[in-house]
Amino acid sequence: MSTVMESKVRIQREDFSVTGEIEAIKKVSRNIGGIVTFLGTGRELSKGENITQLNFEHYPNMAEKKLEEIRVKAIADFKIIDMSIIHRIGEIDIGENIVLIVAAAEHRTEAFKACEWAIAELKRTTPIWKRETTSKGEVWVQDTP
Amino acid sequence: MTRLLYFASLRALAGKSEESLELGGETTVRALGERIGKTSPKLGEMILGKKVMVSVNQDVATLDTPVRDGDEVAFLPPFSGGAI
Repeated sequence: MSTVMESKVRIQREDFSVTGEIEAIKKVSRNIGGIVTFLGTGRELSKGENITQLNFEHYPNMAEKKLEEIRVKAIADFKIIDMSIIHRIGEIDIGENIVLIVAAAEHRTEAFKACEWAIAELKRTTPIWKRETTSKGEVWVQDTP
Repeated sequence: MTRLLYFASLRALAGKSEESLELGGETTVRALGERIGKTSPKLGEMILGKKVMVSVNQDVATLDTPVRDGDEVAFLPPFSGGAI
């Protein structure tokens, strides 16, 4: 369990363990009956171009603050038990993990809703930027699909 | 001194990732945008045209938000974190 840290919201260069994060959140409460995860990974094709590498940058402290706000609001609004949000920065290869959201609730419905809301909210409010490298060069992605 | 931060695509437009400015008293995000526009017209236009988000001390700001000595002002292009 050494790769799983105590904080529920993290921005880090290193990879994370999906099962490690699930096991960590299970320890929060014996009332957890449904866990939904969203795992975002590096995709090769973007707008018809083959991507060779992704690079993520964040605004330190503000990005972490926004993720914590999302976590707190998700717990309050969707009546889930807990949520963890982990986003990687730096160079990321195709197929590698980028972002993980784990929503734990008593029942599955709240967990699904909270998880979907959280990834959309992350994309909308969190100062993190993606740069794609293709054969044509490097470009900062500015739209939110 | 007020610290200005430029992120992602704005770094190339500003030609730097950060700078420190002597404001000489309280100003606003709008006035700051006008001042930046004198050296980086495109960037100034984007700030005043609300094409980029601005934060003051890591809170989302408007053009009317006051900026004081010691503040940290960041210019944030549209976000693209996460993955779909």
